[in-house]
Amino acid sequence: MASSNSYNSPCAACKFLRRKCLPDCIYAPHFPPEEPQKFANVHKIFGAGNVAKLLRELPPHQREDAVSSLAFEAEARVRDPVYGCVGAITFLQRQVERLQKELEAANADLIRLACSDIPILPPAIGMQQRPLELRIVAENGGFCPIPYGFPVTYASSLQWNENHHNNHGGI
Amino acid sequence: RCAACRHLRRRCPSDCIFAPYFPANNPRRFSYVHRIYGASNVAKILQDLPENVRGEAADSLHYEAYCRIKDPVYGIVGMITVLHQQICAAQRHLARVHAEI
Repeated sequence: MASSNSYNSPCAACKFLRRKCLPDCIYAPHFPPEEPQKFANVHKIFGAGNVAKLLRELPPHQREDAVSSLAFEAEARVRDPVYGCVGAITFLQRQVERLQKELEAANADLIRLACSDIPILPPAIGMQQRPLELRIVAENGGFCPIPYGFPVTYASSLQWNENHHNNHGGI
Repeated sequence: RCAACRHLRRRCPSDCIFAPYFPANNPRRFSYVHRIYGASNVAKILQDLPENVRGEAADSLHYEAYCRIKDPVYGIVGMITVLHQQICAAQRHLARVHAEI
């Protein structure tokens, strides 16, 4: 992530914006001149000013990740101007739902097999007969705890963000 | 006036590009997209699309803006990463269950 300034070559942003690339250019560490399309996409969707504002609000060690995600979003929006990244989210959510259903079905099969394997013992002579009890214990009361119940639907509230620094209000 | 023209403090023309998708009763919707994309970028994106899909585009722009405001580093891409991880975990789990069967 070397600054292009050290080579006296403007970064992709300053080249695109046709301006002098200063030593403290906010874009230079993240938009090298060898990747002009990256900045072009980001500028087209977000605007150079908004990107600079976003980056300035972040500590330096988080800016590269932010630029990567902005570049990804911008490219997705250029490819799909209607849905952008949301199209990918919808597709992935459907995959998660399909896998959860498959998992439920597979667990049901497993339990049916397990039940059929349990031998039914004849009652011992002299002992009171008790019905066979089979109790399937799981954390959430179902027969298979699915640890990742994540049915996030489009525009529903986000639950996944606890690990990231959250300094803004919600919808 | 629609939420966009109110936010931008301008007259709302009859053919305002924002009015159908940023109603006055939801000012936060426009303020999110304005903050992340800027009004002119949103207008450009909507103008380049046929009218019948502009509503979907406005919705997805709003959702992505909301995700970016909530998570300035990863935005909606963080959610994609989480979903990928969940899919991998589910596939591994399924393979284990099938192996047991």
